[in-house]
Amino acid sequence: MAESVSEYSKVDKIVESYFCEGSALIAILQEIENLYGYLPAWALRHVSERLDVPLIQVYGVASFYDAFHLTPRGKHLIRVCLGTACYLRGSARVLEALERELGIKDGETTPGLEFSIQSVRCLGACALAPVMIVGERYFDKMTPTKVSSVLKRVQGKNEKD
Amino acid sequence: MKKIRTPQELEALRNSLLQQREPNKPCVRVCLGTGCRARGSVGVIEAFKDEIKRQGLEIKVDSKQTGCHGFCERGPVVVIGPKEIFYQRVKSCDVAEIVSKTLLNGKVVDRLLYVDPATGQKALYEYDVPFYKKQRRRILANNGRIDPTKIFDYIAIGGYQALAKALTTMSCEEIIDTVEKSGLRGLGGGGFPTGRKWRLCRKAAGDVKFVIGNGDEGDPGAFSDRSLMEANPHSILEGMTIGAYAIGANQGYLYVRAEYPLALKHLQIAIDQAREYGFLGNNIFSSGFDFDIKINRGGGAFVCGESSALVASIEGKMGEPRAKYVHTVERGLWNKPTNLNNVKTWASVPLIINNGADWYAKIGTEKSKGTAIFSLVGKVNNTGLVEVPMGTPLKGIIYDIGGGILEGKNFKAVQTGGPSGGCIPEELLDLPVDFERLTETGSMMGSGGMIVMDEDTCMVDVARYFLDFLQHESCGKCVPCREGIKRMLEIITDITAGRGKEEDPELLQELAEMVRDFSLCALGGTAPNTVLSTLMYFRDEYEAHVRDKKCPAGICKDLIEYFILEDKCTGCGACLKLCPQQAIQGEPKKLHMVDPAKCIRCGICRDACTFEAIMVK
Amino acid sequence: MVTLTINGTKVQAEEGSTILEVSRFYGIDIPTLCYHDELTPYGACRLCMVEVDDGKRTRLVVSCLYPVKEGIKVKTNTERVVNGRKLILELLLARCPNSKTLQDLASRMGLEKVRFKMENEDCILCGLCVRMCAEQMGSGAIGFVGRGKKREVVTPFRMASEICRNCGACMYICPAVELQCRGVKSPGELCNSCLVFTPQCLEKYGQVMCTLDSCGACVEKEEK
Repeated sequence: MAESVSEYSKVDKIVESYFCEGSALIAILQEIENLYGYLPAWALRHVSERLDVPLIQVYGVASFYDAFHLTPRGKHLIRVCLGTACYLRGSARVLEALERELGIKDGETTPGLEFSIQSVRCLGACALAPVMIVGERYFDKMTPTKVSSVLKRVQGKNEKD
Repeated sequence: MKKIRTPQELEALRNSLLQQREPNKPCVRVCLGTGCRARGSVGVIEAFKDEIKRQGLEIKVDSKQTGCHGFCERGPVVVIGPKEIFYQRVKSCDVAEIVSKTLLNGKVVDRLLYVDPATGQKALYEYDVPFYKKQRRRILANNGRIDPTKIFDYIAIGGYQALAKALTTMSCEEIIDTVEKSGLRGLGGGGFPTGRKWRLCRKAAGDVKFVIGNGDEGDPGAFSDRSLMEANPHSILEGMTIGAYAIGANQGYLYVRAEYPLALKHLQIAIDQAREYGFLGNNIFSSGFDFDIKINRGGGAFVCGESSALVASIEGKMGEPRAKYVHTVERGLWNKPTNLNNVKTWASVPLIINNGADWYAKIGTEKSKGTAIFSLVGKVNNTGLVEVPMGTPLKGIIYDIGGGILEGKNFKAVQTGGPSGGCIPEELLDLPVDFERLTETGSMMGSGGMIVMDEDTCMVDVARYFLDFLQHESCGKCVPCREGIKRMLEIITDITAGRGKEEDPELLQELAEMVRDFSLCALGGTAPNTVLSTLMYFRDEYEAHVRDKKCPAGICKDLIEYFILEDKCTGCGACLKLCPQQAIQGEPKKLHMVDPAKCIRCGICRDACTFEAIMVK
Repeated sequence: MVTLTINGTKVQAEEGSTILEVSRFYGIDIPTLCYHDELTPYGACRLCMVEVDDGKRTRLVVSCLYPVKEGIKVKTNTERVVNGRKLILELLLARCPNSKTLQDLASRMGLEKVRFKMENEDCILCGLCVRMCAEQMGSGAIGFVGRGKKREVVTPFRMASEICRNCGACMYICPAVELQCRGVKSPGELCNSCLVFTPQCLEKYGQVMCTLDSCGACVEKEEK
């Protein structure tokens, strides 16, 4: 699928802001991920060309780090912390409840692209364990029973308020 | 803004700043670290600003945002200077009362004071709060005192004096000698003597050298690096600049996890401000020394906390470690001599330069000088950041500072060093905490995570949890780590699911020892520690799982059953309604029952029951 | 030149050479999987691990990467080393049981049983094909992708690579099994490169470069 010229120029702008330096690959990919919610294949090819970095290296880096995704993500990104403090206070059960409610597993996205589940390890907010973040909103002291009400709140409101 | 070019100019600026600040003017300091932020402290400080404005008190009263105070359990934390009155769990609706009572009339809002759950005693001032009383905060000392986004706050408390001293009065050799004499060891967990590392890097051949600040803190449960980067970013920059001067490097990199957005933001602000005032850039303090720092965001990989993987990441590659027969100090970033230290280590440097090597070495043990920082979390009452002299007994940290075990339960084990560390049992609680002693028990200092576990923790499940984490984070390059951890996890998962075989603990031990000895990097090399230490100290739990197919702590889902207590159940039906498997049956006001065949032990019913009637067998 | 001891025998070696190079020169065999003397050593299989006493301490190192130093004492077959090698092979066989190379190595070491759940993979992730493609053939069409358990050797996006010249060097060097062919062009479309072969290497290198069929038959096809 041919992307419009304006999409390519958006990527160009990012690449140029890092002076087309190959060592800035990770930072560049992070900005592209922010822009599109994931890393489209055409964007990776274009970056490889502009940076003169082998495509296999770009693809390898995109596949290695947790920050990058090669398929589109849901509108609401739900992150459940499985860090040690949260795990000891029962966050694994919260994750299970979430998986049951949404019908998808950790790392997957609902078919309608509404929700994505991502387990993370340690957001540094251990006193609020178990922690769940939707977008930028923190939900502390989570329990499996609270999961459905949180999902309803998120769907009902804009997640940034 | 005019750049500061001499120590005298710095002193003049500092004096003028101090003159402008009235030491007795009441100042409200609100913690805006990630923990308190998540509990709404942004709303608290806005409420303070609004209320102060509304009452026209701007001239009489100051308000300030600070970084993480460390007592995250009790956030949002608010401290009122100059008396240092300590308020905890402050909400925005409390603000008006604090302003009129405390700020204007010096009276205390009782309900916001910290009360010791054991003694019932109230603490009025920060230094009286038991959590802080037993600590010795050196590196973290200024965390709750300055606004991390204002360089003037840092300068007012003496910031950049060490840099001025080092660059204008000390030679590179003298600086390295001082750091070596202080006994400072890497606080990222490796514990390598910092002065010696600097010396090796300085000696390495080549004109182009680099310094790196490691802020990747990937250990789950550890947040001391985060706290420091958020609350006192300049201390790290100053340390790196001094080190770079001593080593002969002109470019520095700060590698910070992408999961720490606030730390990234504050570090960038600090770098911009440092450049503005001439503490970074060309000809710093007119010494002829040029140095600048760039921030690199991590891509999300625990293995990138390992120095050679970190270097690969900065180079724009996958974070794969390499064999270190030629050390990073000789050939690191882009094959040039590179000195990598953890951000806490860098922040210690200005303290050592200002106060001297003897001051630093005054506390601590024979081989581990200075202080250690721990993120104390888990089943402990006072979750937060703790800084204590090396050699403090574990017991003191967990009980005197941590306030003991949550809900009065029994202590079972404490895990230090994150996934690379081991579990320490009750009989070793008197252990003085330092690099050597922790390693001797089969654990390690690591990045300072200290996770407390109680009687409701299954140690086999803990080992499984860490193996799962490490399998996910392994880069996959070498066979022992990639295949070995995978198989250890398979075996231990079987054990927790009741499929354990008699020979499994032996096989685990064999695998663990090989993975420890044959792995390429420290991730694989330390991965077996949790397995080895739990096998050593909690063998009986493994036996119970394998032989009796029982989980003594009541955690492993396949080995437990839920049942409802007859004398506590009121038949309210709350559990029945919420059970996702419709596994609970019962009539209203009559004893309900759990069908073990349908029950998946998800825990929702136990959550919902307000009568504590659902128990684990 | 430096003097060192291997298994009790004093030998001499050029500074900068590795223990593996020196050992093999003297006919002391150390098993390897991810090593090839024409490619950069990788240090990933860990089979070539040996014990080294450098005067200060004894530790395990990979002989394909560790540079010889004056006075070191090397032991290539201590109990720890032999047992570790066996376990590594056992782990690899659990993953790729049908590899003749692995089975042969196992027989030599006296390994008879695999105690882990058997899988059925082909690739042992030694990286020889990757390094061959990049270093010897100057292409870099394939590489490692993914982390940990998900690590594999593929082309970008698992589609036929535009820079793959069909030379077959990757298949030639693979110790474990035959490599897969180039891959599909787009979903459903076979690549058929072997049928409609345009030798790009002629232009670049002035001669036919592949190891599969260096008879030049492809060139004739073109000219027709």
